[in-house]
Amino acid sequence: MPEDTETQRVETYLDSELESADAAENLVIEVARDLGFAEEEIHKLGMAVRESVVNAVVHGNRYNRRKKVHLAVSSAPDRLTVKVGDEGEGFDINSIGNPIADHNLLQQSGRGIFLIRAFVDEFSVRRLTHGTEVTLMKYRQ
Amino acid sequence: MSATLSPRQVGDVTVIDVSGRITLGEGSSNLRDGIRSLVTKGNKKILLNLGDVSYIDSSGIGELVSGFTSVANQGGQLKLLNLTKRVRDLLQITKLYTVFEVYDDEAAAIRSFA
Repeated sequence: MPEDTETQRVETYLDSELESADAAENLVIEVARDLGFAEEEIHKLGMAVRESVVNAVVHGNRYNRRKKVHLAVSSAPDRLTVKVGDEGEGFDINSIGNPIADHNLLQQSGRGIFLIRAFVDEFSVRRLTHGTEVTLMKYRQ
Repeated sequence: MSATLSPRQVGDVTVIDVSGRITLGEGSSNLRDGIRSLVTKGNKKILLNLGDVSYIDSSGIGELVSGFTSVANQGGQLKLLNLTKRVRDLLQITKLYTVFEVYDDEAAAIRSFA
Protein backbone atom coordinates (compact mmCIF):
# COMPACT_ATOMS: atom_id res chain seq x y z
CA MET A 1 0.00 0.00 0.00
CA PRO A 2 1.44 3.42 -0.89
CA GLU A 3 2.86 5.54 1.88
CA ASP A 4 0.47 8.43 1.21
CA THR A 5 -2.51 6.42 2.42
CA GLU A 6 -1.09 6.61 5.95
CA THR A 7 -2.63 9.04 8.39
CA GLN A 8 -0.55 10.61 11.09
CA ARG A 9 -2.47 10.07 14.29
CA VAL A 10 -0.14 10.97 17.14
CA GLU A 11 3.25 12.60 17.51
CA THR A 12 4.77 13.43 20.85
CA TYR A 13 8.04 13.92 22.69
CA LEU A 14 8.56 11.90 25.84
CA ASP A 15 10.95 12.46 28.72
CA SER A 16 13.96 10.18 29.08
CA GLU A 17 12.53 8.19 31.97
CA LEU A 18 11.13 4.69 32.32
CA GLU A 19 7.59 5.97 32.82
CA SER A 20 7.65 7.05 29.18
CA ALA A 21 7.55 3.38 28.20
CA ASP A 22 4.20 3.04 30.00
CA ALA A 23 2.88 6.18 28.31
CA ALA A 24 3.99 5.08 24.84
CA GLU A 25 2.67 1.56 25.26
CA ASN A 26 -0.71 2.79 26.50
CA LEU A 27 -0.98 5.29 23.68
CA VAL A 28 -0.24 2.74 20.97
CA ILE A 29 -2.58 0.20 22.55
CA GLU A 30 -5.36 2.75 22.41
CA VAL A 31 -4.75 3.47 18.72
CA ALA A 32 -4.49 -0.23 17.85
CA ARG A 33 -7.73 -0.93 19.68
CA ASP A 34 -9.45 1.86 17.73
CA LEU A 35 -8.24 0.23 14.53
CA GLY A 36 -9.73 -3.12 15.50
CA PHE A 37 -6.54 -5.09 16.13
CA ALA A 38 -7.02 -8.38 17.99
CA GLU A 39 -6.09 -8.31 21.69
CA GLU A 40 -3.09 -10.62 21.33
CA GLU A 41 -1.73 -8.53 18.46
CA ILE A 42 -2.25 -5.41 20.53
CA HIS A 43 -0.30 -6.98 23.39
CA LYS A 44 2.60 -7.87 21.11
CA LEU A 45 2.70 -4.43 19.50
CA GLY A 46 2.49 -2.76 22.91
CA MET A 47 5.37 -4.81 24.20
CA ALA A 48 7.46 -4.04 21.11
CA VAL A 49 6.82 -0.33 21.66
CA ARG A 50 7.72 -0.66 25.36
CA GLU A 51 11.02 -2.35 24.49
CA SER A 52 11.78 0.30 21.86
CA VAL A 53 11.14 3.20 24.23
CA VAL A 54 13.14 1.55 27.01
CA ASN A 55 16.05 1.18 24.57
CA ALA A 56 15.71 4.85 23.61
CA VAL A 57 15.64 5.99 27.25
CA VAL A 58 18.29 3.65 28.65
CA HIS A 59 20.74 3.02 25.82
CA GLY A 60 20.02 5.99 23.54
CA ASN A 61 19.42 9.01 25.74
CA ARG A 62 20.94 7.36 28.84
CA TYR A 63 18.28 8.96 31.06
CA ASN A 64 19.54 12.42 30.06
CA ARG A 65 16.78 14.84 31.05
CA ARG A 66 17.77 17.25 28.29
CA LYS A 67 17.12 14.63 25.63
CA LYS A 68 13.70 13.51 24.45
CA VAL A 69 12.23 10.37 22.94
CA HIS A 70 10.24 11.06 19.78
CA LEU A 71 7.17 8.91 19.28
CA ALA A 72 5.09 9.00 16.09
CA VAL A 73 2.14 6.75 15.40
CA SER A 74 0.49 6.56 12.01
CA SER A 75 -2.06 4.21 10.60
CA ALA A 76 -3.56 2.89 7.41
CA PRO A 77 -6.64 0.70 7.16
CA ASP A 78 -4.54 -2.45 7.31
CA ARG A 79 -1.58 -1.48 9.50
CA LEU A 80 -0.12 0.61 12.23
CA THR A 81 3.33 2.17 12.09
CA VAL A 82 5.25 3.38 15.13
CA LYS A 83 8.49 5.33 15.01
CA VAL A 84 10.61 5.75 18.15
CA GLY A 85 13.56 8.13 17.97
CA ASP A 86 16.24 9.02 20.49
CA GLU A 87 19.01 11.61 20.64
CA GLY A 88 21.79 9.22 21.56
CA GLU A 89 25.07 8.17 20.02
CA GLY A 90 23.55 5.46 17.85
CA PHE A 91 24.33 1.78 17.77
CA ASP A 92 25.28 -0.92 15.31
CA ILE A 93 22.42 -3.40 15.18
CA ASN A 94 24.81 -6.00 13.79
CA SER A 95 26.82 -5.84 16.99
CA ILE A 96 23.95 -7.25 19.03
CA GLY A 97 24.41 -10.92 19.80
CA ASN A 98 21.83 -13.59 19.12
CA PRO A 99 20.09 -14.15 22.47
CA ILE A 100 18.90 -17.64 21.53
CA ALA A 101 22.38 -18.90 20.68
CA ASP A 102 23.32 -21.54 23.24
CA HIS A 103 26.21 -19.50 24.64
CA ASN A 104 23.91 -16.47 25.17
CA LEU A 105 20.89 -18.18 26.72
CA LEU A 106 21.92 -17.35 30.28
CA GLN A 107 22.84 -13.74 29.58
CA GLN A 108 20.78 -11.36 31.69
CA SER A 109 20.22 -8.83 28.92
CA GLY A 110 20.15 -8.57 25.14
CA ARG A 111 16.63 -9.80 24.33
CA GLY A 112 14.87 -6.48 23.67
CA ILE A 113 15.51 -6.11 19.93
CA PHE A 114 14.96 -9.84 19.46
CA LEU A 115 11.49 -9.59 21.01
CA ILE A 116 10.63 -6.48 19.00
CA ARG A 117 11.46 -8.35 15.80
CA ALA A 118 9.36 -11.30 16.96
CA PHE A 119 6.34 -9.18 17.79
CA VAL A 120 6.02 -6.90 14.76
CA ASP A 121 5.79 -7.62 11.05
CA GLU A 122 8.45 -5.17 9.93
CA PHE A 123 11.30 -3.61 11.88
CA SER A 124 13.98 -1.22 10.72
CA VAL A 125 16.63 1.00 12.27
CA ARG A 126 17.74 4.34 10.86
CA ARG A 127 20.68 6.40 11.99
CA LEU A 128 19.75 10.06 12.41
CA THR A 129 22.10 13.03 12.47
CA HIS A 130 21.71 13.04 16.23
CA GLY A 131 20.33 9.73 17.37
CA THR A 132 18.60 6.61 16.16
CA GLU A 133 15.08 5.93 14.95
CA VAL A 134 13.42 2.53 14.90
CA THR A 135 10.28 1.85 12.87
CA LEU A 136 7.83 -0.87 13.83
CA MET A 137 5.03 -1.94 11.53
CA LYS A 138 2.20 -4.27 12.43
CA TYR A 139 -0.49 -5.44 10.04
CA ARG A 140 -4.01 -6.05 11.23
CA GLN A 141 -4.83 -9.74 10.92
CA MET B 1 1.06 -2.61 39.38
CA SER B 2 4.71 -3.55 39.95
CA ALA B 3 5.49 -7.09 40.95
CA THR B 4 4.93 -8.06 44.58
CA LEU B 5 6.49 -11.16 46.09
CA SER B 6 4.98 -13.26 48.87
CA PRO B 7 7.33 -16.02 50.01
CA ARG B 8 6.02 -19.04 51.92
CA GLN B 9 7.73 -22.20 53.08
CA VAL B 10 6.55 -25.65 52.02
CA GLY B 11 8.90 -28.11 53.69
CA ASP B 12 12.37 -27.12 52.63
CA VAL B 13 11.13 -25.39 49.46
CA THR B 14 10.51 -21.65 49.39
CA VAL B 15 7.55 -20.87 47.18
CA ILE B 16 7.38 -17.25 46.05
CA ASP B 17 3.95 -16.16 44.86
CA VAL B 18 4.62 -13.34 42.41
CA SER B 19 1.88 -11.05 41.17
CA GLY B 20 1.69 -7.96 38.99
CA ARG B 21 4.04 -6.71 36.30
CA ILE B 22 7.71 -7.59 36.03
CA THR B 23 9.06 -4.78 33.89
CA LEU B 24 12.22 -2.68 33.98
CA GLY B 25 12.23 -0.57 37.14
CA GLU B 26 10.42 -1.41 40.33
CA GLY B 27 8.98 -4.69 39.08
CA SER B 28 12.26 -6.25 38.01
CA SER B 29 14.16 -4.87 41.02
CA ASN B 30 11.56 -6.33 43.41
CA LEU B 31 12.10 -9.73 41.85
CA ARG B 32 15.89 -9.36 41.93
CA ASP B 33 15.90 -8.26 45.59
CA GLY B 34 13.49 -11.01 46.61
CA ILE B 35 15.54 -13.80 45.09
CA ARG B 36 18.82 -12.30 46.28
CA SER B 37 17.50 -12.09 49.82
CA LEU B 38 16.56 -15.77 49.83
CA VAL B 39 19.88 -16.83 48.34
CA THR B 40 21.72 -14.79 50.98
CA LYS B 41 19.78 -16.60 53.69
CA GLY B 42 20.86 -19.92 52.23
CA ASN B 43 17.58 -20.98 50.62
CA LYS B 44 18.55 -23.34 47.82
CA LYS B 45 15.18 -24.64 46.71
CA ILE B 46 13.09 -21.86 45.22
CA LEU B 47 9.84 -22.20 43.32
CA LEU B 48 8.57 -19.06 41.59
CA ASN B 49 4.80 -19.11 41.19
CA LEU B 50 4.13 -16.79 38.25
CA GLY B 51 0.42 -17.54 37.96
CA ASP B 52 -0.60 -13.98 38.82
CA VAL B 53 2.05 -12.24 36.73
CA SER B 54 0.14 -10.19 34.21
CA TYR B 55 3.07 -8.91 32.18
CA ILE B 56 6.79 -9.51 31.81
CA ASP B 57 9.24 -7.69 29.56
CA SER B 58 12.79 -8.47 28.47
CA SER B 59 14.13 -7.04 31.71
CA GLY B 60 11.86 -9.33 33.71
CA ILE B 61 13.02 -12.30 31.67
CA GLY B 62 16.58 -11.22 32.41
CA GLU B 63 15.84 -11.23 36.13
CA LEU B 64 14.42 -14.75 35.91
CA VAL B 65 17.64 -15.87 34.20
CA SER B 66 19.78 -13.99 36.70
CA GLY B 67 17.87 -15.58 39.59
CA PHE B 68 18.24 -19.01 38.01
CA THR B 69 22.01 -18.66 37.68
CA SER B 70 22.57 -17.09 41.11
CA VAL B 71 20.66 -19.90 42.83
CA ALA B 72 22.47 -22.50 40.73
CA ASN B 73 25.82 -20.95 41.61
CA GLN B 74 25.00 -21.59 45.28
CA GLY B 75 24.26 -25.23 44.51
CA GLY B 76 20.51 -24.71 44.50
CA GLN B 77 17.63 -24.82 42.05
CA LEU B 78 15.09 -22.24 40.92
CA LYS B 79 12.03 -23.61 39.15
CA LEU B 80 8.89 -22.03 37.70
CA LEU B 81 5.24 -22.72 38.43
CA ASN B 82 1.95 -21.76 36.75
CA LEU B 83 3.08 -19.80 33.71
CA THR B 84 0.44 -17.77 31.95
CA LYS B 85 0.19 -18.30 28.21
CA ARG B 86 1.98 -15.04 27.52
CA VAL B 87 4.88 -15.81 29.84
CA ARG B 88 5.10 -19.34 28.45
CA ASP B 89 5.16 -17.96 24.90
CA LEU B 90 7.94 -15.54 25.85
CA LEU B 91 10.05 -18.31 27.34
CA GLN B 92 9.52 -20.41 24.23
CA ILE B 93 10.43 -17.57 21.86
CA THR B 94 13.61 -16.89 23.83
CA LYS B 95 14.41 -20.64 24.10
CA LEU B 96 14.45 -20.36 27.88
CA TYR B 97 11.69 -22.92 28.17
CA THR B 98 14.47 -25.46 27.66
CA VAL B 99 16.50 -23.92 30.50
CA PHE B 100 13.91 -23.69 33.28
CA GLU B 101 12.07 -26.57 34.86
CA VAL B 102 8.41 -25.56 34.55
CA TYR B 103 5.45 -27.04 36.43
CA ASP B 104 1.69 -26.57 36.38
CA ASP B 105 1.10 -28.46 39.60
CA GLU B 106 2.57 -27.14 42.85
CA ALA B 107 2.69 -30.48 44.64
CA ALA B 108 4.56 -32.06 41.74
CA ALA B 109 6.94 -29.10 41.65
CA ILE B 110 7.63 -29.43 45.39
CA ARG B 111 8.28 -33.16 45.05
CA SER B 112 10.71 -32.54 42.19
CA PHE B 113 13.14 -30.81 44.57
CA ALA B 114 13.56 -33.93 46.71
